[in-house]
Amino acid sequence: MTSKPLRAAVPAPSPRTPRRAWRSPGRILMGLFVALACFLSVVPFYLMFVWATLPSDQIFAVPPHLWFGSAIAENFGKMMDATDGFALRQFWNSLYIALLATATTLFFCSLAGFAFAMYDFRGKRAMFTFILLTMLIPPLVMDIPSFLVMNNVLQWIGKPRTLWVPGMANAFGIFLMRQYIMAALPRTLIEAARLDGATEFGIFTRVVLPLIRPILATLGVVTFVGSWNNFKGALIMKLSEDPTMTLPLSLRRITGGATNVNADWGATLMMVVLTVIPLLVIFLFASRQVISGLTSGAVKD
Amino acid sequence: MSDRFSPSRPARPRWSYARAQQRLAPYLFTSPFFILFLVFSLFPLGFSLFLAFHLWNPLDGLGNWRFVGWENFALALGARDQFWVALKNTVWIGLLSGVPQHLVALPLAFVIHQFLRRWQTGVSTVLFLPYITNAVAITIVFGMLYSENLGLLNYLLAQLGLGPVRWLAVPELVPYSVGAVVFWRYVGWNVILYLSGLQAISEDVYEAATVDGASAWQKFWFITLPLLRPMMFYAFTLTIVGNMQLFEEPFIMVGQGGGSGGAGLTSAMHIFNTAFRDLDMGYASAMSWLLFLAIFALSMVNNYLFSRDGGREP
Repeated sequence: MTSKPLRAAVPAPSPRTPRRAWRSPGRILMGLFVALACFLSVVPFYLMFVWATLPSDQIFAVPPHLWFGSAIAENFGKMMDATDGFALRQFWNSLYIALLATATTLFFCSLAGFAFAMYDFRGKRAMFTFILLTMLIPPLVMDIPSFLVMNNVLQWIGKPRTLWVPGMANAFGIFLMRQYIMAALPRTLIEAARLDGATEFGIFTRVVLPLIRPILATLGVVTFVGSWNNFKGALIMKLSEDPTMTLPLSLRRITGGATNVNADWGATLMMVVLTVIPLLVIFLFASRQVISGLTSGAVKD
Repeated sequence: MSDRFSPSRPARPRWSYARAQQRLAPYLFTSPFFILFLVFSLFPLGFSLFLAFHLWNPLDGLGNWRFVGWENFALALGARDQFWVALKNTVWIGLLSGVPQHLVALPLAFVIHQFLRRWQTGVSTVLFLPYITNAVAITIVFGMLYSENLGLLNYLLAQLGLGPVRWLAVPELVPYSVGAVVFWRYVGWNVILYLSGLQAISEDVYEAATVDGASAWQKFWFITLPLLRPMMFYAFTLTIVGNMQLFEEPFIMVGQGGGSGGAGLTSAMHIFNTAFRDLDMGYASAMSWLLFLAIFALSMVNNYLFSRDGGREP
């Protein structure tokens, strides 16, 4: 946890930057560079919101419409039609899978992180090293084997739990939690709680959890976003039929691929917006937390 | 009970609930990971390795596989198959998106860190936005931008008097079109990584350089770059490992088969198609292990390049 959170760097403008320097051509060029990067980051979002409010035949008009229209209700209706009324159900499917994934991941990863940070026990080093090593397995290598287990052993194919159960306790989360707990909580705190007669699990729920809220927020958002965006997993586990279909799969079905000219673009764009909105909402609330939390423990141990 | 004969010892019972649960707690707390790993990773991985040497359709049920030895691997490595084509596409798209990512992200982070501190939080939040987006959703938006006759991109080109470009239909252009989306999504992520790396560099070093009369360019070249090596190594590794597994963007953009000429077919897509469309699990398993080796080898090359001359930062 050597690097400071981004926020810490904000308040004091550097005294070594004289004011007139802003007028130098180099500075202006650099400012334009950053402004252009921000502009390009935002443009696709702006376009998707504009398009979602335009009637289907105006989305590809020449010259292009670049300001909001009034076809929101119309496009929403078309989206519901195109999904046989299942669009909101699909939204809910994605949401509850993401929420379950988040809740369980936070619980199990912080529990394990707490154990690795605050206890001495036989085999601790070996166990922790092993957990870190599992991060080296590329997710792609797991696709086929996890399908086989779900399909031929557990017979879970097509069930939402295929998406959230396997990742409940994962190496990245445990590592993140351990780093934070080691840096943020003194061991004496645990001792004190023990002397007061708390059980070990009680210490975790009543002392540790409330104190690690910032990192819980980080891991929570990362897990939620990862689960919400999980396309390949849902595809492999065949959550491709109503009523268990998730939103990203539905989005692909509604377009039939991005190159399909016959797709109804009003309906498609409405669903694109539906898919992106929860991410934007979550991110607006927690972006600062996530960005600083993610990078603080990322590299240096 | 020997306790009875040694009155100096505290009169505590040997076994107490408090001590027992203190001892057991760490094992219980870490056990979920190991149980899940056993069921959903270790056993499956073993199974997949086993299947790599067999011919098997999952619809035939467990047990109905045929041992074929190294045949699956030989088939993949044989020149006739799409394995090499897909691997070439993957590496090419990976380079087209990955190299510019770092060439842009590093200077961007440097400029923000040096000159735009007041705006840093806002700017990094905006730049991070593409990273959290849903790949399917944003790929559809980009697909519309690329649209041949009606897309915004070709409209802008037409204003400049340039003919329509078939972004997703010309095989030679597909890697660029797909790579641009990947580039767009991950630049901000790398900026954040580099920013946090820059923050870890002590101000004193820059101050000393300023006193010695170093220009901004010299500071970047002789201080920032060398001290940022560990973060660059980490960021490069993530890009390599991520790009080698590229799936969603080409899958949505040019379709399951990789589009015209199969120029958008990545290794991940090829393995996916073999396993879940053609139901040839053994062959797909063999290819996924080969890809794992490729990723591992590339990571090792990256590791070697970074550990070579000096560069031993804490």
